[in-house]
Amino acid sequence: MSERVRLFAFLLFGGLFLALYCYAIMDLPAWGFYRGPYGDVIAGVAVFERHATDVVNAINYDYRAVDTLGEEFILFTAVLGVMMLLRRERGEKKKSRSVESVPDRRVLSTTIQAVSVPAVFLTVLFGLYIGLHGQLTPGGGFQAGVILATAPILVYLAQNTEAFRRITSHPVMEFIEALGAGSYAMIGLTALGFGLPLLTNFLPLGETGDVFSSGTIALISAMVGAEVTAAFLLVAYTYLEEIISGELSEE
Amino acid sequence: MPPHMELLPYIVAGWLFFCGLYGIVTSRHLVHCVICLAVLQTSTYVLLLGIGYRLGGSAPVFADISPGKVVVDPVVQALMLTDVVVEAVVVALMLALVVKAYEKSGCIDPKDLSTLRG
Amino acid sequence: MMWVGAGILMLVGVSGFAVVRTRDVTAQIVALGFYGLVMALMFFFFQAPDVALSQVTVGAVALPLMVMLALSRMRYRKTALRAQTQRKNSKQGGKGNEHE
Repeated sequence: MSERVRLFAFLLFGGLFLALYCYAIMDLPAWGFYRGPYGDVIAGVAVFERHATDVVNAINYDYRAVDTLGEEFILFTAVLGVMMLLRRERGEKKKSRSVESVPDRRVLSTTIQAVSVPAVFLTVLFGLYIGLHGQLTPGGGFQAGVILATAPILVYLAQNTEAFRRITSHPVMEFIEALGAGSYAMIGLTALGFGLPLLTNFLPLGETGDVFSSGTIALISAMVGAEVTAAFLLVAYTYLEEIISGELSEE
Repeated sequence: MPPHMELLPYIVAGWLFFCGLYGIVTSRHLVHCVICLAVLQTSTYVLLLGIGYRLGGSAPVFADISPGKVVVDPVVQALMLTDVVVEAVVVALMLALVVKAYEKSGCIDPKDLSTLRG
Repeated sequence: MMWVGAGILMLVGVSGFAVVRTRDVTAQIVALGFYGLVMALMFFFFQAPDVALSQVTVGAVALPLMVMLALSRMRYRKTALRAQTQRKNSKQGGKGNEHE
């Protein structure tokens, strides 16, 4: 199919789709006048039932924890896929040709390398704060995982590839990722062991506004944070493996 | 509320979906195709959050407001939260496929990839 | 207040179109970062601080980073392979002259 025919067919059927879509959205509620019942019901009871002030995270890790479990395993599987596709096999006698380093790395000034050290500290501190206060203020496991993952990337950007390689290529990173995903499932199955439905909040709820409150919400949030951090770092290392080690794998 | 603003977020969501689809159809670089797919995914966020918004409502976090006040819908926000992070890793998986396809065939244009080699 | 929201929504629509129409992939990464930031602003307007925090970290940092890593891996392989074939050709050329 030539390009013009493809574009014409797309404009025809895309226009038809847009027309049908505009006809369909005319029945939606007007913008700003939310009328569904579920949001009001949950916003009314979440603080009293779960002692968590952040209702969005209470929904994520308690009321609809099964959906979040599924999303976390999507993340796990995607990282597995990236590693299977791009990783060089270790221990095999693969003919690898070592290339001399491609000369285009400019040397950064010492100011940047010096400033990156407190920047990494602040990033890690902020990430830990966001991750541990997920049940009180906006934040939680997913955001904290991404913030913590940018700290070693900052180390790499400050041209300390040896430190980056030591942090991210360690098998401990894979273990942390498996631990994060597995312990979420184990917390859910422990509730089954007590005779309660899957992923029930069975830990003591504590006082509203305290850091150690709301039962399994804080625990699941921390586990998810660990898993997301390890996932992003594994993906970054898998992409950069060739460049860091300076060897090309023979196909 | 002026009548032409009642459906604005839904129209913008449909427009973003159409733009992403147009980018995929007319793409000449595989990485450009993957980025347009990411734009397509973000159109659903606009649609869902547009449904949950309430005029005069505040954020559904009761850390500093009393638990009786009017808030926007927290359920759709919970659905979006995990989606945004998972999207990035799924884009990384698609880019890994693109990198592998480029290594095997040496061409980056989607049209050239379709010829089967014997 | 709704006019501010309408303005931000139009900005999101225009940025999305700009991301799609940028053909050069390196420039598209910058456009993608800007689009992520504008989306985070829109989430902030919609009273969704959790989602805005997610979008800022992912859409403006992690997603452009993933694309840049993929591009750099493709480019590294291409330049390294080209340098290697050039070295091989120059070595063979030298040996040919010796035999003559």
